[in-house]
Amino acid sequence: MTPILIYLLGMAAVMIIVAGFGIFWAIKNGQFDDMEGPAQRILMDDDDPRIPRYSDSRTKR
Amino acid sequence: MSGDEKTCYHCALPVPASAHYPVIIAGESREMCCRGCQAVAQTIVDNGLTDYYRHRTALPGIGHEVVPEEVRKLALYDHPSIQKSFVRQEGEHVKEASLILEGITCAACIWLNERHLRQLPGVLQVQVNYATHRARITWDDQAIHLSKILEEIQLLGYNAHPFSAERQENLRRTQRSKDLRRIAIAGLSSGQVMMLAVALYAGAAFGMEDSTAALLRYFSLVLTLPVVFYAALPFYQSAWNALLGKRLNMDVPVSLAVIGAFAGSAWATLQGHGVVYYDATTMFCLFLLASRFLEHGAQEKSVEAAENLLKLAPAMATRVLDGGQHQPVPVLELSEGDIILAKPGESIAADAEVIEGESTVDEALLTGESRPVPKRAGARVIAGSINLEGPLLLRVTGVGENTVLAGIVRLLDRAVAEKPRLAQLADRVAGHFTVGLLVLTAIVGAAWWWLAPGQAFGTMLSVLVVTCPCALSLAAPTAFAAAGSHLLSHGILLTRGHALETLAKVNHVVFDKTGTLTFGKPVLARTVTFSDVDEERCLLLAASLEQASEHPLAQSFLNRVAGTDLIAVQEAQNLPGQGVSGFIASVRYTLGNAALAGFEPAALPSDLPEGATRVWLCDEHRVMAVFVLSDGLRPQARELVGQLKAAGVQVTILSGDTADTVAHVAAEAGIESWQAALRPEDKLKALRELQQRGNVVAMVGDGVNDAPVLAGADVSIAMGGGTQVARASSDIVLLTENLLDIQRALQTGHASIAVMRQNFVWAVVYNLLALPFAAAGMIPPWLASIGMSTSSLVVVLNALRLR
Repeated sequence: MTPILIYLLGMAAVMIIVAGFGIFWAIKNGQFDDMEGPAQRILMDDDDPRIPRYSDSRTKR
Repeated sequence: MSGDEKTCYHCALPVPASAHYPVIIAGESREMCCRGCQAVAQTIVDNGLTDYYRHRTALPGIGHEVVPEEVRKLALYDHPSIQKSFVRQEGEHVKEASLILEGITCAACIWLNERHLRQLPGVLQVQVNYATHRARITWDDQAIHLSKILEEIQLLGYNAHPFSAERQENLRRTQRSKDLRRIAIAGLSSGQVMMLAVALYAGAAFGMEDSTAALLRYFSLVLTLPVVFYAALPFYQSAWNALLGKRLNMDVPVSLAVIGAFAGSAWATLQGHGVVYYDATTMFCLFLLASRFLEHGAQEKSVEAAENLLKLAPAMATRVLDGGQHQPVPVLELSEGDIILAKPGESIAADAEVIEGESTVDEALLTGESRPVPKRAGARVIAGSINLEGPLLLRVTGVGENTVLAGIVRLLDRAVAEKPRLAQLADRVAGHFTVGLLVLTAIVGAAWWWLAPGQAFGTMLSVLVVTCPCALSLAAPTAFAAAGSHLLSHGILLTRGHALETLAKVNHVVFDKTGTLTFGKPVLARTVTFSDVDEERCLLLAASLEQASEHPLAQSFLNRVAGTDLIAVQEAQNLPGQGVSGFIASVRYTLGNAALAGFEPAALPSDLPEGATRVWLCDEHRVMAVFVLSDGLRPQARELVGQLKAAGVQVTILSGDTADTVAHVAAEAGIESWQAALRPEDKLKALRELQQRGNVVAMVGDGVNDAPVLAGADVSIAMGGGTQVARASSDIVLLTENLLDIQRALQTGHASIAVMRQNFVWAVVYNLLALPFAAAGMIPPWLASIGMSTSSLVVVLNALRLR
């Protein structure tokens, strides 16, 4: 039982290290700088011209 | 407000019947209330940003017309010597700067600014941080200048200032990412260790090979290493600093528990028998780090808001040229011997000597002296102190923007350093508690050592962990932080720690009239002349006299004559509560209230509007003209007064204005108690009388003349648009200038005190209940760790209800 356990623990160790580096990278790149903005920004559907704009939708209806 | 009354489409204020400022938005003609709103709305429409009106969730401030004077000032930001302090050179012509945006009320505002700036040719990158209202802009200096960008932001109805406190911001950012990294490490490790701990517990119950158990223990040991030697470092540092200062703080037992538990577990692992506490150690660190991070974040937010408010922009000063004209210059460009003008209400730009004028100066920030210090010709003034009464002409003796910035930084430090009384009490109690806790742990350990040596170590750890005074120490700060960020999200900034606590006790609110109950932006409604001098000339004289004044009335004169060259004034003097005086072409003119005029006012036309302010312009012999200015009541004033009365809070007006005007406003707002024609010292006296009768008084004000009264009140509230001195001497600043926020602040004060009491009761009861069980050896360390964090979590969650 021990060899497979050692293998699994080794895998876990690798994953922890990868996850750790991932989080450090995200912190360094400012992913946590603005915790509110992105949530608000996604609601502004402004950059896709195919979606009818305020003025268009008014006249079509 | 009645339904049929028209409201401005841009700012939702009522549209005056006489106004006609239409803008066609999305195919429909909409009415605006003023030229300012019309200009802003037109800019928004012209740039294809109509979606703003669909997305916005909060109303903007009133639109301001862009004044040519302001635009001239903006041009200064293009100057290389000013840019040095806040612009980074990214490429040959590519520059980057941080700006503070004023007037952001909701996410749509940010969208509006980002979109509009991005479509300007030459702007390469714009990013606005929603949380801090700060923007980072990159532009090509060949295609566009910074002043143009700032002007475009003004056209949208916002205000932008370059931000030069880059260093502090960077410091905060590195601190924050360090904290995050520690939490990440503690989180990753504790998750893994916890899983292994479950396996170990299961193994202990159902049987497990010794070699497997040893493997799991060694793996846990390795996983715990980074937590103990990296994530928990701040605890050791804080504990060490406390011990060096011969104090005890919460981090002393925390460090003891972490180091003790780890050392004991490591020993047991190496020996191959005994109990390990890796799970308890890592969890304990994670919970403590996370709760401190949350508390820290709330505090940072209010510091950032305070910085935005105080505009750590490159400081400007007014230099007086040989001809007597005023020229705005950056403080960096001042050199020794320059003559500068310090208007009342402004902070003094550099160390200097007074050469003309008489005033008092507030040096409280620099010297701690709370009384204003009188200054006259020959006296020395310190940079960063605030000029209170009259304009001062100064000769610069020492240069360096550092001195000005130092003053502002001190103000911020004060805001953060001052802890509410209840929090101080909690800290002291937690300190005593820690001593008791350490003694008790030693006694429990000794007792167990005597009775059953095998269990002594585990029991001591349990007692240390379960009774960790975290909940007690968190009780007050979390409540204040949550209440503070709740208020901040509604545009109410607390600048002093004690404000919330006092707010809960307030039973009397005193208003200054101008700028608080009213807009403080009176409009010149009518001019009546009494001499052969015509209206235009009278206006020009009045505007010139008002050049050096910060009184709200001054701006309405200056706006009226914008574009015309003003006349230089000698020996300009500000007479608080009365008006201004000065010499023009060696004739002494006064501009102010009827008392200052000193002449029997000539017969006035009978149809002058009631409740309007009258300003008298006189030369040495006669009354030349009277200006009629009216100042509208803020729409929320009546509602606020109603709410306050319903809550059992009394309301009073103390104003320097004439009785007629005050009576009119008081009647309109529904306030019975008012006093008029008060000088600043009379206001303070009236306030003291209220306090002697046992009232806890909140003062709402905005002007230079309110500074002493604001400082004298139990808790003071300033309007965000008020003068700097009013904001500096107040405990709370209303950034959005919405009067109803006062009622909201009072309610939050009550709520936060209630939450704090609950937290204290919970923390004390929990500790008293858990202690006997832990001492009796009935709580294993991992359970103690869960108990400790649950009690802290309860406190934090309870505080979050305030949001």
